[in-house]
Amino acid sequence: MNANGRVFKYPDNVDTDVIIPARYLNSQDAKELAQHCMEDIDPEFVRKVHEGDIIVGGWNFGCGSSREHAPLVIKTCGVSCVIAKSFARIFYRNSINIGMPILECEAASDAIENGDEVSIDFDTGVITNVTKGEMYQAEPFPPFIQDIIRAGGLMNSIRAKEGNA
Amino acid sequence: MGMTMTQKILAAHAGLDEVRPGQLINVRLDQVLGNDITTPVAINEFEKAGFTSVFDRARINIVLDHFVPNKDVKSAQQSKQCRDFARRHEIVNFFDVGKMGIEHALLPEQGIVTAGDTIIGADSHTCTYGAVGAFSTGGGSTDMAAAMATGSLWFKVPSAIRFVLKGALQPRVSGKDVILHIIGKIGVDGALYKSMEFTGEGVASLSMDDRLCICNMAIEAGAKNGIFPVDDVTVAYLSGRSQRPWTVYEADADAEYDETIEIDLSAIEPTVSWPHLPENTHTAKESEHITIDQVVIGSCTNGRLEDMQAAYEILNGKHVADGVRVIIIPGTMAVYKACIKNGWTEAFVDAGCVVSTPTCGPCLGGYMGILADHERCVSTTNRNFVGRMGHVTSEIYLASPAVAAASALTGHITDPREVE
Repeated sequence: MNANGRVFKYPDNVDTDVIIPARYLNSQDAKELAQHCMEDIDPEFVRKVHEGDIIVGGWNFGCGSSREHAPLVIKTCGVSCVIAKSFARIFYRNSINIGMPILECEAASDAIENGDEVSIDFDTGVITNVTKGEMYQAEPFPPFIQDIIRAGGLMNSIRAKEGNA
Repeated sequence: MGMTMTQKILAAHAGLDEVRPGQLINVRLDQVLGNDITTPVAINEFEKAGFTSVFDRARINIVLDHFVPNKDVKSAQQSKQCRDFARRHEIVNFFDVGKMGIEHALLPEQGIVTAGDTIIGADSHTCTYGAVGAFSTGGGSTDMAAAMATGSLWFKVPSAIRFVLKGALQPRVSGKDVILHIIGKIGVDGALYKSMEFTGEGVASLSMDDRLCICNMAIEAGAKNGIFPVDDVTVAYLSGRSQRPWTVYEADADAEYDETIEIDLSAIEPTVSWPHLPENTHTAKESEHITIDQVVIGSCTNGRLEDMQAAYEILNGKHVADGVRVIIIPGTMAVYKACIKNGWTEAFVDAGCVVSTPTCGPCLGGYMGILADHERCVSTTNRNFVGRMGHVTSEIYLASPAVAAASALTGHITDPREVE
């Protein structure tokens, strides 16, 4: 599995309130919610993002509320991966559970700049900065989590296990 | 090598003799929780995956609290979806308007969560129940869906930071000041992926409401859970309340911690987190130049009886400052009723405050106190992120009920000891 796209770069501690403000959470329609993705931190994001683009954050990306709507709107906008130095734990769980690819990589987060073209090889965890001609190595997921992602999320993986039982 | 209190609870619920930090395990759950925002998404996932029955209708809790009584048609539809699901699956602990409370104030109060439990909630502040000696943490809606279907869930075993509490709090200093002080010290990701285990002789001096408030905001330091040992205070709280027998787990004497941090409770001052991160802490005294437009006293962090009492003791017989709007939100119907019975509601109204039925309302910018551009609010809630309570240029200052009530009287952030 691979991804390739332009980078939207954000600072440390991007919280789920700026990813998708709670004032919109009277809806659960992913497409409707996605129109407000990143609205309170980057009002231009939704207009500029293209299928396959990549978000790069710093430390503690996705902190705050447990709202699964946060990784869901990012995924629905067409973002192919979020790279950060670290993720808030519920955002991390939610991303895995809904099959939204994320990678932890401090070097990539430090070096990649807004607008860089980046490609990712998920099997090896190698992140290539096409613009700068650099490569960074992300921690690969443990097999248990790879199984969930490969199944397309937690519910599919539970169903698959039940089928095998 | 010994295990922490959290690790022992997890091991017991995974059917293992021991677990190690970083280990991925499947854990049997005692309680599952969702609210009116996260449950609809969970129901969709549950049904989309083809599940038709829940693992145990007595161990699933659905609490309508974020946008109720419903603020608009869309939120009414979400509540209706929860209501229909609860009826169809005969969910025992379904809490609708008139019966509901803010979930993390309600579940401990009703004795639904108890010592030794494992609890997952599709709400980040589910970590609150560590106060009664449970492993309790927030997850997402898909976690809730999987938990409702199977009664178990995957977890990575956390390592822990040990907080050794010494001494006792000064008057008008509360659990809120303790947790804001700690977050200011370690940062909003200072306990990322970890347990915050509170120990030491100072624990005995903290009330259950203080402990619930402290564990509630463990997530604001990035923690997986916060947890207190089971002591006399816990047993007194659970006795006659806990709906099930409880189990006491204790950390091993040789348990390993990533770090041990000593906290002298007697040195903690009334503390305020400035915008836009809970780690931006200052003492209330350092914040007295900040004028305010609104005060909110309530939420899953500070909507309990002791919180209402602190507000009452400061506001009683006085009047809020001109130009300040004060919104008081008791956390549960029992707290709401106690405020009426004790005459506190009348004192609040006489002081110029409004008193709402339980709701999360303004905490997450839902309704009941949304801020306009550049307005400032002193709030007993848990997050002061950009735009959290309204306009992106509005500002939230997190504080205890005592600081919030004192600030309501003066119109600027105030140390509660200044107004008594």
